[in-house]
Amino acid sequence: MFVESLVPSDVSTSPDSLAASILKPMSSVAQNSPSDGSLGHTVLAAREVNVYYGNFKAVQDVNLNCYRGQITALIGPSGCGKTTLLRCFNRMNDLIPGARVEGSITYHGIDMYGQEADAGEVRRRVGMVFQKPNPFPKSIFDNVAYGPRVNGETNKKRLEEIVEKSLRGAALWDEVKDRLDSSGLGLSGGQQQRLCIARTIAVEPDVVLMDEPCSALDPIATARIEDLMQEIKSQYTIVIVTHNMQQAARVSDRTAFFTTEINPDSDRRTGRLVEVDLTKKIFSNPSDPRTEAYVSGKFG
Amino acid sequence: MTTSHFVASLADSTTRLRRNKDAGFLIVLWTSLLLAIITLATLVINTLISGVGSLSPDFLTWFPSPFPEDSGIQSALFGSLWVTLTSGVVSLILALGTAIYLEEFTNPNSRLQRFITTNIQTLAGVPSIVYGILGLAFVVRGPLGWGFTVGSAAATLTMMVLPLMIVATREALKAVPSSLREGSYALGATRWQTVYRQVLPAARPGIATGSILGVSRALGESAPLILLGALAYVSYNPTGFDSDFTVLPLLIFKWSTEVQEEFRGLAAAAIIVLLLLLFAMNLVAIIIRDRSRIRW
Repeated sequence: MFVESLVPSDVSTSPDSLAASILKPMSSVAQNSPSDGSLGHTVLAAREVNVYYGNFKAVQDVNLNCYRGQITALIGPSGCGKTTLLRCFNRMNDLIPGARVEGSITYHGIDMYGQEADAGEVRRRVGMVFQKPNPFPKSIFDNVAYGPRVNGETNKKRLEEIVEKSLRGAALWDEVKDRLDSSGLGLSGGQQQRLCIARTIAVEPDVVLMDEPCSALDPIATARIEDLMQEIKSQYTIVIVTHNMQQAARVSDRTAFFTTEINPDSDRRTGRLVEVDLTKKIFSNPSDPRTEAYVSGKFG
Repeated sequence: MTTSHFVASLADSTTRLRRNKDAGFLIVLWTSLLLAIITLATLVINTLISGVGSLSPDFLTWFPSPFPEDSGIQSALFGSLWVTLTSGVVSLILALGTAIYLEEFTNPNSRLQRFITTNIQTLAGVPSIVYGILGLAFVVRGPLGWGFTVGSAAATLTMMVLPLMIVATREALKAVPSSLREGSYALGATRWQTVYRQVLPAARPGIATGSILGVSRALGESAPLILLGALAYVSYNPTGFDSDFTVLPLLIFKWSTEVQEEFRGLAAAAIIVLLLLLFAMNLVAIIIRDRSRIRW
């Protein structure tokens, strides 16, 4: 699962100094392993991250690590920048005119926003599941095959294998195996979201980002997605944004609590990371009184 | 005004007033609809009555002539098809390129984008006669000097239709939900892959409808072509972009200004053919739209 660079193989052909500089952080990754052995390998690391939309600072001074095989939950009141930060982890904010990221976000020690990193390659390795299920207006098969196809897979047999494997991985295969040719839009909301998860894992990402993946679903569908997250988490690094604190407590290994602060200069709210720790600790014995107030329901 | 939770009736004077207003508004809507339909029906029925007698297979296959008894529309029919199809294809390609660039590749808030948008919207509202003047000065004479040919008419109509098609195509692209684009990008697709594989197929019904409406406008247009220096009685079909030609609206215009009464019937018959063509094109648009409609 180790990566050599964020540049597609057909682009990074010249073994010049640039390529060498990409490879260099690899060695430091091993040294970077956290002293606490239980945390495992650091996949995503945000350092001093500020995110701006034009002149508006949406998120300030975020330092956060996400570890392999773990689910990291981002919680906090509306407008605290959870989703904004999440969208920085696969460069989706690049698509928003005026959005800008300061500080560094690294993926296995490689700068995601560095000159050698290709946004498309970043997104292939760091997949995303959105708040509202957004299947493509295509057949179930084509929905799942879309990712492999845009990444160059044309072999029909191989695509069939990927589709089956991904749908099984998303616990959807048994429900749709007889109607792979029917539209993805004809599925129920919960099935659509699992189709989106299948679509995401079809390109074999390393990280799966989930932006409130259950907020549009009923409790039964939510439970299925949560079970699914537990089943797949060993193979992926999962980061989930959720408004539902019980969900964060149920599914995540580590929780990051964000809050908003009024910026005295502009009178606008900026998101800030208050603390990040093991989920158990955040919900039972947080270090910061603001976290305590939020998780116990006193505000937000 | 009572604060009691128990009400004596389920309607008072204000509800009645609101209901009357509602009914009044409905009457206004119905009246406008009826006026439009009656006007259109009168025109169509009038044309049918005076033109249906002149319709015959010979009318379609004979060529226009100064004598009403052996006049037909073959060259005008072919001329209309040549000019309309050429300008339709050229303007569709140009409109697609422009609209995709503006909608998918530029920042909607940039000054350049706003400048171009304002200009295109203005151009879409420019009277067709102005495009005729432009065509006459730059295509028929002037720098290009193509003369009055299929090519120069198609170029003039393309200039006229292009802004309409760009606006329609942009609207169709805008209607594609951004969640579709995000889903595609999130799987590592490039911008072009996203446009080509997701946005364009989803926008196809809107693009088809908009383009066919634009082409219909080109098919029915006569004013700019008259200005270009139109011929009406052309007794041969166009053979290429550099050949002489006439089109149905020109022939209709010419026939309706002739002194002999017989030409009136011929003009009406030609209008029926033109209407049928327009109807067929709109039918195609509807079929394309319904076939590829997406229920989100």
